Amino acid sequence: MRLTLYIWRQKSTTDKGRFVKYEVENASPEMSFLEMLDMLNRQLIERGGEPVAFEHDCREGICGCCGMVINGIANGPAGGTTVCQLYMRHFKDGAVLYIEPWRSRAFPVIKDLVVDRSALDRIMQAGGFISVRTGSAPEAHTILVSKETAELAMDAAECTGCGACVAACPNGAAMLFVAAKISHLGLLPQGQPERDRRAQAMVRQMDREGFGGCSNHRECEAVCPKRISIRFIARANRDFLRASLFYSKSASGKAGATGKTKRCFEK
Amino acid sequence: MHWIAEFYRSTPGKKFVMAVTGVVLFAYVLLHMVGNLQIHLGPEELRGYVRLRYAAPGLLWTVRFVLLVAATLHVIAAVQLTVRNRGSRPVRYAVRRYREADYASRTMIFTGVAIAAFGVYHLLHMTFGSVHPEFIRSDVYHNVTSGLHVPPVSLLYVAASAVLGLHLYHGLWSVFQTLGLSSPIYDSWRRAFATVFSLVVTLGFGSVPLAVLLRTL
Ligand code: HEM
Ligand code: FES
Repeated sequence: MRLTLYIWRQKSTTDKGRFVKYEVENASPEMSFLEMLDMLNRQLIERGGEPVAFEHDCREGICGCCGMVINGIANGPAGGTTVCQLYMRHFKDGAVLYIEPWRSRAFPVIKDLVVDRSALDRIMQAGGFISVRTGSAPEAHTILVSKETAELAMDAAECTGCGACVAACPNGAAMLFVAAKISHLGLLPQGQPERDRRAQAMVRQMDREGFGGCSNHRECEAVCPKRISIRFIARANRDFLRASLFYSKSASGKAGATGKTKRCFEK
Repeated sequence: MHWIAEFYRSTPGKKFVMAVTGVVLFAYVLLHMVGNLQIHLGPEELRGYVRLRYAAPGLLWTVRFVLLVAATLHVIAAVQLTVRNRGSRPVRYAVRRYREADYASRTMIFTGVAIAAFGVYHLLHMTFGSVHPEFIRSDVYHNVTSGLHVPPVSLLYVAASAVLGLHLYHGLWSVFQTLGLSSPIYDSWRRAFATVFSLVVTLGFGSVPLAVLLRTL
């Protein structure tokens, strides 16, 4: 296969960045997209050039770090997959491809196609956890969870934090990520005590990071490698609303709508 | 900070305000449309509707007040969210392809601003009469038929109905998500609901200027 690639090259976060054109010959349809980039990089190194930086780890579609935007679609045209699991047979011979990093104010480019997704980690640190240590996995019957609930929680828990939802959203919103994290713990018994606090803290941190708001465009769901449903966004909205009405530990520590502040979760 | 201020400061909070005020505006839009449709029945029926409207001044002004508040909040939140959303991606994509976002969802702010502009014109035209050449304060039937007799004006009314329909095509679907109303029982009906009601609104409002233009009234 022959390909013409326009790849975003950016030396550092402060560098302005630009597209550089590369011609790739004899790529095979059996190669993954990353292997095709490996081949390009080998040629660049042989010619004494700087290889294209892109993030990758598992190359099995699990870790969620290999994201990039290919011809305007996060993770490329196949849908429901990561770039490492995208194969060159998904493209036509002679294709012209624009390859760009995730673009978001909250994801500064580190180099070329590698972005800093720490903003998502900080959202997790704000509330995406259960404070009480529960030890090792308990005997399955000690806490009963219905099969439907367990499966729904697992669907949400599939989120790898890859950031494709942010990259694809016309508003640069992180709502699918946040919703998946709020829902995954909020569905399970262990997540109940902190459910309100979690929803508020994670949404607040999401806003602080400079992400946009959700307009229900549904682009996130379309590119999510794990096909996480926007139903979780509705659920997270519900949780956030309920928390604001009935829990509301405001930043100033004043009591919320119901007049009672749950002290046990305050620092 | 007060919890309401805190709530409104968040993006889901603003979107929630948009959703609630959007539903209020939509409810009014439906009532208004049903009222307007009386014109197809004849001058007396329309006057009956108008008399009903002015029968209880207290109610009339309450409705106007609620509408004004809803519209103001809707517009303020719309502008704030749009500014925020545009700012979240300082470097734009060189190539952008959408998989799900449709024309209606991507143009909400433009259809919204168009509706607001038309709303102002419409008030000056049919309520205050300041831009209506043959305005007679007490004769609604006359004002509508003579006002919409001018083709560019009636076409503007038809276009406004279509734009409102486009706004609602996304809005009435989206509002469920925002309010957290999602369940396997009715999720598959939300699209149909929005499509049907946006069509009803477009055809309902559009039918009046079209009828005047085609001289069936
Ligand atoms: C008759 C008048 C109007 C009705 C019935 C209406 C209705 C709605 C509804 C139901 C929504 C969906 C809310 C949601 O997704 O949760 C919406 C969204 C929206 N409206 Fe309106 N609207 C009207 C006028 C306006 C005006 C005058 C503007 C603006 C300047 C506007 C701007 C917007 C925007 C930008 C959104 C999308 C917000 C977002 O998704 O982030 N609308 N509208
Ligand atoms: S490299 Fe791990 S998901 Fe692609």
